[in-house]
Amino acid sequence: MSGGSFAVAIELDSGGTHPAAWRGAQHPPSELLSPRRLASVAANAERHGFTAITLDDSPLPPGPDTNGPVRLDAVQRAAYLAPLTSAIGLVPVVDVVYPEPVHVATRLASLDYASSGRAGWIVTASASEATARAFAREPVTDAAALHREAEDVIEVARRLWDSWEDDAVIRDIATGRYLDRDKLHNVDFSGATFSVKGPSFVPRPPQGQLIVFGADVGADVALVAVADEPEVASAAARARSAGALRVFAEVEVAIDSRGLAAERRIAELDAFVPWRPSSRLRYVGDAEGFVELLSRLSQLIDGVRILPAVIDVDLEELGRCVLPALRREIGFSSPTAGAMLRESLGLPRPTNRYTPNPV
Amino acid sequence: MTGTSGRRLQFGVFFQSANTGTIWSDARSGSQYDFETFRRVAQTAERGLFSAFFVGEGLRIRENFGQIHDLDIAGRPEAQTQLSALAAVTSHIGLVATHTTTFHDPYEVARRFATLDLLSEGRAGWNVVTTDDAWIGENMRRGGYLDHADRYRRAAEFVRGTWRLWDAGASLIPSKSAHAACWGQRGNDVIADGKFISFTAPPPLPPTPQRRPVIFQAGDSDEGREFAAAHADVIFSAHPEFEDSVSFAADLRRRLAAYGRHEADVKFFPGQQFVLAATAAEAQEKFEWVTHAQISPQTALRYLEIIWGRDLSDYDPGGPLPAEDPASEKVTTTRGAALRSKDAVAVARQWRAVAAEKSLSIREFVIHQTSRRILVGSYSSVADRLVGYAESGVVDGFNISPYIVPDGLDDIVNGLVPELQERGIYPTEYPGATLRENLGLPPLTSQEAGAALGGQR
Repeated sequence: MSGGSFAVAIELDSGGTHPAAWRGAQHPPSELLSPRRLASVAANAERHGFTAITLDDSPLPPGPDTNGPVRLDAVQRAAYLAPLTSAIGLVPVVDVVYPEPVHVATRLASLDYASSGRAGWIVTASASEATARAFAREPVTDAAALHREAEDVIEVARRLWDSWEDDAVIRDIATGRYLDRDKLHNVDFSGATFSVKGPSFVPRPPQGQLIVFGADVGADVALVAVADEPEVASAAARARSAGALRVFAEVEVAIDSRGLAAERRIAELDAFVPWRPSSRLRYVGDAEGFVELLSRLSQLIDGVRILPAVIDVDLEELGRCVLPALRREIGFSSPTAGAMLRESLGLPRPTNRYTPNPV
Repeated sequence: MTGTSGRRLQFGVFFQSANTGTIWSDARSGSQYDFETFRRVAQTAERGLFSAFFVGEGLRIRENFGQIHDLDIAGRPEAQTQLSALAAVTSHIGLVATHTTTFHDPYEVARRFATLDLLSEGRAGWNVVTTDDAWIGENMRRGGYLDHADRYRRAAEFVRGTWRLWDAGASLIPSKSAHAACWGQRGNDVIADGKFISFTAPPPLPPTPQRRPVIFQAGDSDEGREFAAAHADVIFSAHPEFEDSVSFAADLRRRLAAYGRHEADVKFFPGQQFVLAATAAEAQEKFEWVTHAQISPQTALRYLEIIWGRDLSDYDPGGPLPAEDPASEKVTTTRGAALRSKDAVAVARQWRAVAAEKSLSIREFVIHQTSRRILVGSYSSVADRLVGYAESGVVDGFNISPYIVPDGLDDIVNGLVPELQERGIYPTEYPGATLRENLGLPPLTSQEAGAALGGQR
């Protein structure tokens, strides 16, 4: 661990990470698109004291060969939740391959304003030819090109977030100036597939820089997806040497609930659509065992992103049985109202790359 | 005076974010980008039963002679993100995002508005604008690529593409099969194959409460008016003055028939500023303060620079307009499209003549020039004047730009709205649930909403 409490983020997209999750819930699938459900699930997560909410996304709805959910745009879902919550971090997934990088950066900066500094970003770069057709762009499919796209969009977003210095708005009545133009900066980014002049049309966000989460180079918080617990330590070491300030493991989980063993719950859902093994850690069992797993992980890494099998069941069990035990066992602490996500993760506010160093 | 025609006016509020009209120098001037400012404006507007809350879009910070324009407010949140947050703290007011069809992708815009319509339960609107600006293109993957003449052609293909994506949402049906995922099948792909817009994409979401956002449009050129006649539900026009708005509305209504549309299908909401107080004298005093705060000495000179095309900072804002003519013939500016391409010399001569005739200094002339449209007066006298607008039917309402945020709507909501209600020309409650219903627009016909919708909702 490298400062701050162990962090417990929870993924709240759709019905849960099990492909038949919606069958474990007491509502029709269309309810997954309702703002009331979104608000109530997020309110529960904040009440239980999770560090952050993550919201998965993909630009396109599921194809004929995939079982993914139909989703509302994740940045907008997070923005909707911003005024309804006060402590929990809001971390949407935004894919970088086809959208305009300026739109990606400014939407996220705006989320940081709407949430008073509780925004993060999970960067994905998906090789989807269907998305390329929807955006009328040349498909980007090879790993190196996707990697480059992610790196370039993160870089340009970081520059745009810094393109206004914190004190750029001066409101100087004597000279009639609202802005000090010397404190706005062109970002002059020129990459392989796009260039951006700058500056941003959104002033520097409250956190200065949003917290960037991702599996790849360039993230503040590395999201480590390994299937076996013994691999966590080496994956974390790799992420740290690549520059990550914090390391989170991704963990899929199903917890015993109301006298029903988690294994039995999952078996019932598997009868509809099987929950295939993923590249992530997976825990199916009682709350005590999960607390033990998280306690062990807390010796190695800084937090977890929990993907509940069925949100309507597992969120409650995690909040009722797991978080209180983590408070006792490893000193887990929940974010406080008004705290920025950066503060909840123990990360200092970065200086602006464009501010001259005091000589 | 009391309304007798049964016609009513409605108000929208335009949160400008980049203009001279929003005062930043006063102690009451709030942040232009903190969420709290937006929340207060939107909630005040909702208390006053406003139909819509508008936010603009500016994809690059405005410049003056190649340098950041530093005299006006600047910096704003991205529209869809901000409106999604406002959806959570409002319940009736329409939420209208401005997006250019030049620097967005139709699929993405379709998904954003469908999301906003679901989050707001039917309150999404889209103010469609166009640009051909290579200068903005410098911030974009696609660069500055569009000929001026093609911007409305692209816009038409763009809007039609989004309509098809929204209409195709009806083909996206939750699974009924017990052994399938939640959404059993992807919706039918929409294939657009136009000159400017081509894509192949599934509908991003199932049908939303309004199916399509309400389309707003403000273009004033001939192409802009044709585009509006073909696509717009609401014309957010630049013609608040009575005679202007009569001829503008008549012109647009004439164009509707060519697209199989009717007068009732389109509403007119000119942009407007109000300066109001309990008495005429107080209102006039407030007007003096507002206009001098809007037009600082520096802003007055900068205003002339758009026409004169050069730095005028050596001129005295308290003195007369420059005696020499502009050096270049055409106006080039990245601030305010309205003056672009005008004949600079002719404008300069006309301005000089007006200033000389009225003995106005540079600053007083610019104030005269920029404040002519502001409606000034006591609550009751302005309400009386608005009865005429309501009864004539030439406008359906006004899109109000507050001169200060967040509390610039307080006078209107607390003082003017009750007077209008007494005169029977303003709603006393929200008439419907969706923005379309609240604007009094007819329901989308089955043809407009797409034949594919049959039986789904």
